[in-house]
Amino acid sequence: MSREANPIEAPLAEVARKYIPGATGIASLKRLSGGASQEIWSFQATTKDDPVALILRRAPGGFRDTGRSGTAVPLATEAALIKLAEEVGVPVPPVRHVLTEEDGIGQGFIMDHVPGETLARKILRDEEFAEVRPKLARQCGEILARLHTVEKSKLPPLRTATGRDEVEQYFSTYEQLDYPHPVFELAFRWLRDNAPDDTTRLTLVHGDFRNGNLMIGPDGVRAVLDWEIAHIGDPMADLSWICINPWRFGNIDLPVGGFGTREDLFAGYEAAGGDKVDPARVKFWEVLGTLKWGVMCMGMASAFLQGDRSVERATIGRRSSETEVDLMRLLAPLTGKE
Amino acid sequence: MQDQPSAIELIEAVTEFIRNHAMPQLQGHAAFHARVAANALDIVKREMEIGPEANQQERTRLMALLGRDGTLDELNRALCGKIRTGEMGLDTPGLVDHLWDVTLTKLAIDQPKYSGYLRALEEKHKANS
Repeated sequence: MSREANPIEAPLAEVARKYIPGATGIASLKRLSGGASQEIWSFQATTKDDPVALILRRAPGGFRDTGRSGTAVPLATEAALIKLAEEVGVPVPPVRHVLTEEDGIGQGFIMDHVPGETLARKILRDEEFAEVRPKLARQCGEILARLHTVEKSKLPPLRTATGRDEVEQYFSTYEQLDYPHPVFELAFRWLRDNAPDDTTRLTLVHGDFRNGNLMIGPDGVRAVLDWEIAHIGDPMADLSWICINPWRFGNIDLPVGGFGTREDLFAGYEAAGGDKVDPARVKFWEVLGTLKWGVMCMGMASAFLQGDRSVERATIGRRSSETEVDLMRLLAPLTGKE
Repeated sequence: MQDQPSAIELIEAVTEFIRNHAMPQLQGHAAFHARVAANALDIVKREMEIGPEANQQERTRLMALLGRDGTLDELNRALCGKIRTGEMGLDTPGLVDHLWDVTLTKLAIDQPKYSGYLRALEEKHKANS
């Protein structure tokens, strides 16, 4: 797409002039990535002095559909959650402006561009992160503890999903995909038998707290990104999701994102005021998290068979077996450990 | 009988062509997708080598576990049904061993470098020694 042909450039410049102090226009508008439920653009607001690096998060074509099987929140909700998280000390990209109808570029919001790295391979291997890596798990624990203290009365409308709700949601997706996976059946059975009871205290949870959604610099976690599947749920879910094997990127003995230990994560969580960590509930969510990724892989295979001829999608379909070996190691370990 | 080269040898040649000749001339998305395509052909090759015998063994074990005949698909669906209702589970004699065999075979084909698979192989080795 040539820059001249980009229909959001002129209205976005107008928005910048209106809401970013000192902005004279915009430059370097560039689409960063995207998917079914989001567009991310980077751009700079030009000023008389240094330009201001900004990010526009926008619904595709301006309007968010139900996305991620109906679980994505509206973009205005996402912006509200980022502000609430900021108030309790969670590092986030400050929100500059939530788009209104009058802005004419659909639904979305503008936030600061926080410099850093999200790619796990770099964070786990590059020299510039060597010093901070051993500190990240504890920081993640501290951040999650703060995030889970956001007062529920302040929250915008959000769905509530208990462990049991999520098991049934994914079971129904699995059933619709209609391909036999005995290991997944075993995991669903185990999850139904081991679901946390209804007295579990529910809080705001991020829902996708993991490598890729954490902006990290040599000084540590700088921002928690991608709040689109935030909801009210079991806080242990956030502590487990970052520990599932796919997010360890090969560093299997460092369960927290491939960079740290559960002990550090939990110690940081409890020290920063989080509930006492319940290992049984953490295991429940780790099994469920692993199974979720497996069902998502099945979804990729199904999309491929229904006509999306992407080879990438097809090969992701063949990765549900990775989650099966992870599930077997969790539920029926060969050596009796873990 | 087909003439030489075999299907597996043809796949190897195409994979080599993609990795060694096509990929270095591509950039960005195209290079990435070429790598994915070569990986997909690796899966096909391993499935041709490992699949037929492993599927035979899986079917034999399933018939013994379930006490009935059927295709691999029918038997796996029947097994799923029994696990779902709780009729079979972690304490059913032979079930866990069967699922481990199937799972390790799938990984040997799909992703033999996956960390969880390599660790499971080590654990299996330790448990057997």
